[in-house]
Amino acid sequence: MSKIVYADNAATTQVSDRVLQKMLPWFSSHYGNPSSIYGIGREGRAALEEARGQVAQALHCDPSEVYFTACGTESDNWAIKGMAKTLAAKGKRHIITTAIEHHAVLHTCKALEKEGFSVTYLPVDQYGLVTPEQVEEAITPETALVTIMFANNEIGTIEPVARIGEVCRRKGVPFHTDAVQAVGHVPVDVQEMNIDLLSLSAHKFHGPKGVGALYIRRGIPFPATLMEGGGQERGRRAGTENVAGIVGLGEALTEALEDLPEKTARVTAMRDRLIRELTKLPKVRLNGHPSLRLPGNCNLSFEGVEGESLLLLLDARDICASSGSACTSGSLDPSHVLLAIGLPHEVAHGSLRLSIGDMTTDSDIDRIIEAVPQVVERLRAMSPVWEKIKDN
Amino acid sequence: MMYSEKVLDHFTNPRNVGEIPDADGVGEVGNAKCGDIMKMYLKIQGDTITDVKFKTFGCGAAIATSSMATELIKGKTIEDALKLTNKAVMEALDGLPPVKVHCSVLAEQAVRAALSDYYARQGIDPEPIVGKLKDVDHDHDDGDGSCSCG
Repeated sequence: MSKIVYADNAATTQVSDRVLQKMLPWFSSHYGNPSSIYGIGREGRAALEEARGQVAQALHCDPSEVYFTACGTESDNWAIKGMAKTLAAKGKRHIITTAIEHHAVLHTCKALEKEGFSVTYLPVDQYGLVTPEQVEEAITPETALVTIMFANNEIGTIEPVARIGEVCRRKGVPFHTDAVQAVGHVPVDVQEMNIDLLSLSAHKFHGPKGVGALYIRRGIPFPATLMEGGGQERGRRAGTENVAGIVGLGEALTEALEDLPEKTARVTAMRDRLIRELTKLPKVRLNGHPSLRLPGNCNLSFEGVEGESLLLLLDARDICASSGSACTSGSLDPSHVLLAIGLPHEVAHGSLRLSIGDMTTDSDIDRIIEAVPQVVERLRAMSPVWEKIKDN
Repeated sequence: MMYSEKVLDHFTNPRNVGEIPDADGVGEVGNAKCGDIMKMYLKIQGDTITDVKFKTFGCGAAIATSSMATELIKGKTIEDALKLTNKAVMEALDGLPPVKVHCSVLAEQAVRAALSDYYARQGIDPEPIVGKLKDVDHDHDDGDGSCSCG
């Protein structure tokens, strides 16, 4: 069999050669602790600040507003719990979010509900979109935070973040966005978009796993980390810095944004070819918005087949894909995102997420376009429900 | 989550897939809402199951347990088929991940549903022989490995 076709870039990405090369010295010769006073410690400190500058440039903020964390999930937890607990002291115990957030946000909100916070889960339309009007209507004098994802990890829908940010700014409510799927793939500008807090994760844009960042707008009331410890990250996030990882994050983000319009055009064209060819099959639907979607995301539901079987047969052909979110594999529940956009359970079970990226080739797309229809047909032939569905 | 080699083999090359147009008993269990439906067809001569086929909508484990269940009862007597347990199906597949145990229960119930249908077609009350069929897909969240969706 030829090399694998990797179509699960929304789950994670390959570290690029350029990023890996830049990281390597920080594991070996440059091993100093950035908090140390001697040379190899100071080098580490300088490397951290260079990476912080790279992130600041990408987000259009000041480097002092960027805090490194261990992952997107930590950033989300810190942003939401931090803001909730700060503003609870002022009697604000209400949070607004959406029904289609990543579990890092949803489960954090659920945890706060148990502590007495009230949470509004805004519904989305058939494309997975929430409107700024919905947000505005949901805001009350008690609202401590609005947290709405930049782009959805399963169906790729890009939310109207700038307009939501404008509403929040006007109403004086802090706005957090989980931008883990967006950063490095679509332009993000925290000034223009009125974003107060933003989570990102390196491994979604060819950086390493185990490192993320949280942007915290200067001047907003915000507490130190959830962890007690040393004074790293200006006393806000304790723990010896993951220097190699942070260096990798910064470089990966810089690399991702180089020639972004050209990369986006190429990836979007491949994605649209996938969608065009695969939706020629009978009883298939595209999940998510036709145009307001991440360049690399293609999410389809095939009636009469079940997603895991689809993935296993694609795996047997060396094609890596996912069914809904990789975080929910091992669970039997259909994706909360697909249910929120109105899919019946039985259709949600038959979903396939193909997430491509700038390392994807046209021949990868050819392989997918050849394999998926064969695999779907094979499963439908042994499905007791397909006979009824196809004539309906 | 890891499947055994045997599960992957029965998933990739399922045995006895299809329908039997003149089946003597047909059983269908599960529901699409939970993501798995098994339909089993039996051909019975005397008290022997001479042929068995299945069609399944479901995950890798659902297809593999259906396939294994058909292998375990083909050529056997009805009495032997009624002794088939979900544990026997799992053991024959070298085990299943905990979240997939309900698939083996579905396979066991599919065989029983088909045998119930066989007796019912002959005007014989199946319940004293086959027993009451479990409502596998509606025992939500009771921790016995049944479907937890819905």
